[in-house]
Amino acid sequence: MAQALLNPETVDKVSAIRDEYVKAYRYMLLARVLDDKYASLYRMGKIHGGVFLGRGQEALSVAVGLALRKGDVFAPLIRDAAGRLAFGETVLDAVRTYLGSALGPMRGRDGNVHRGHPQAGLLPMISHLGAMISVVNGVLLAHRFQKVGQTVGAACIGDGATSTGAFHEALNQAAVERLPLVVVIANNQYAYSTPTSRQFACRSLVEKAAGYGMAGHEVDGTDLGACLSVVGHAVQQARSGAGPQMVVAELLRLCGHGEHDDAGYVDPRLKSSPLGRDCLKVAEAELLRRGWADAAGLASWRSEMVQLVEAAVAQVQREPGPDPYREDWCALASRHLAEGHTYS
Amino acid sequence: MSITYLEAIREAQARALAEDPRVFIYGQDVGAFGGAFKATKNLAQEFPGRVIDSPISEDAMLGLAVGAAISGMRPIIELQFADFSTVAFNQIVNQAATLHWRTKVPCPITVRLPGGGTSGSGPFHSQSLEAVYAHYPGLVVLTPATVEDAYSMLLEAVAIDDPVIFCEHKYLYYHLKAEALPTEAMPVGKARIARTGRDLTLVTYSAMVHEALAVAEELALEGFELEVVDLRSVKPLDTDTVMASVARTGRLLAVGEAWPWGGVTAEVIARVASEGFGLLDAPPQRLNAKDTPVPYHPNLWAVHRPTAHSIAVAARNLLQL
Repeated sequence: MAQALLNPETVDKVSAIRDEYVKAYRYMLLARVLDDKYASLYRMGKIHGGVFLGRGQEALSVAVGLALRKGDVFAPLIRDAAGRLAFGETVLDAVRTYLGSALGPMRGRDGNVHRGHPQAGLLPMISHLGAMISVVNGVLLAHRFQKVGQTVGAACIGDGATSTGAFHEALNQAAVERLPLVVVIANNQYAYSTPTSRQFACRSLVEKAAGYGMAGHEVDGTDLGACLSVVGHAVQQARSGAGPQMVVAELLRLCGHGEHDDAGYVDPRLKSSPLGRDCLKVAEAELLRRGWADAAGLASWRSEMVQLVEAAVAQVQREPGPDPYREDWCALASRHLAEGHTYS
Repeated sequence: MSITYLEAIREAQARALAEDPRVFIYGQDVGAFGGAFKATKNLAQEFPGRVIDSPISEDAMLGLAVGAAISGMRPIIELQFADFSTVAFNQIVNQAATLHWRTKVPCPITVRLPGGGTSGSGPFHSQSLEAVYAHYPGLVVLTPATVEDAYSMLLEAVAIDDPVIFCEHKYLYYHLKAEALPTEAMPVGKARIARTGRDLTLVTYSAMVHEALAVAEELALEGFELEVVDLRSVKPLDTDTVMASVARTGRLLAVGEAWPWGGVTAEVIARVASEGFGLLDAPPQRLNAKDTPVPYHPNLWAVHRPTAHSIAVAARNLLQL
């Protein structure tokens, strides 16, 4: 009966919210399944180098990826598998980079989280924290020159990166140029092992926004609905010309810094606090509570994602790694300016 | 009519802005003020919206340049002094220089570094950093010594699909004049024989070319013919021209204004020694600045870096070996 009293517009709105929530949850689930697979491959010794997971940060990350659209630019960080997938990265690109396939976007020249397609707006991160934000600014400035209308740039960072000079310079720059930048800070309580008490002394990182003359938004990073709403609003504000936006999400990293790290330093009180909730489980409970999915549905989505990931891994494991004898060992685009092989 | 090295840099930027809508200039005080050295004088007025004042944020300036470059623009970044590029170092060597290799996407940026010593400038406004940048893969490092090269190489830098470190020498800004802008130019990557000779090869670049030419003049009065090679670009380094010159003279003196450890002169000597050992009639020699920060006082500064006098002493010694 209650449904019947709603006008058609409200019904459409509710169904749009449900569709977005379900879509977001499915990307979160895919990211979690993918991350779990990386962790298992890492333990089997199948991955060269580090593995960095986004457990506990999927809700925030997916909200960023979904709020962006084609033509926008996205600089994800190490815990953004969900956001990347939602922005359009394929599982194959992700797996190829982790497994060092020559067919992947980085061709074995770079690995794991250092992947992207700059021309599709997905920037490949370097390891130096805060350094990607001003690069997003540059893309947005280029769009302004080229009169590409209403694009937005999002950069994801953690609490640790807010202490860098690069973060400060880039946020100030975006504010001075009034660029449509959305900087999304996942305050996951630890930068590797360093707690926030050793990282900053303000009450909340969002206080920094005012200092730059930009809008600041806070959100519970364990709550998918809140993340979709707050990040979506910030992106919409940037898109409509309101200048740069800062989103600060509070959450807890539910894994080590990398898979080599058992995170024994995490305060158990944080784990049992609301911050320690697993956003994926919270979203599942919400899906069930609202009747947007049932237990069988959730299970079938999970097996769908497992199949997707297993198929990608099986395919990539048959692919060749890079061949050092076919590698051209030339760092320049201008090949005529490259020095010969004589001196190396 | 004559034109200075500094005016040539200004004119090259004006032409790049006029001919290529992808070009813009970003740097501290480059807008209405025209730059700390006036290298962008009137450009903001002539090209509205394309010559942009940046905050004092060298890291973000270069990061912005990378983002713009991969989006189809051709940014020219003016760093007020080469010395301050250390603040932008991360973006230059880790972001800009690795991008094409990692992603196949070119990163065409021109980074103008006003460098080199001038009297009274002291430790933080005098540095010559070409060797530091040449060390990193993925960068092109240019060191023009003449008005003509300042103009033509800056234009070529903007056209190159890679990050270019354009080392312009502040001492030459006002001292060096030419009759007119060049109408043709040697390409980047080719060294120039600035003076021919048969007794000794003096390999150098940037402002030291002029000290070397003065030495060649002086030693000619003593009956020695010095060949002066102006490298023009230190990366790529034109080993062939250097080697051919050493083949003619049998003696090599490499001179640079940068610090002595490693660097361009060491690279030149390493290449000649390993590939052209048999061409040498005497041990190859090198002369650099002293291994201290660049001093402020003119009495100290004049002795800190190589001069015509110290180069002449080194050349005479080498001629007697």
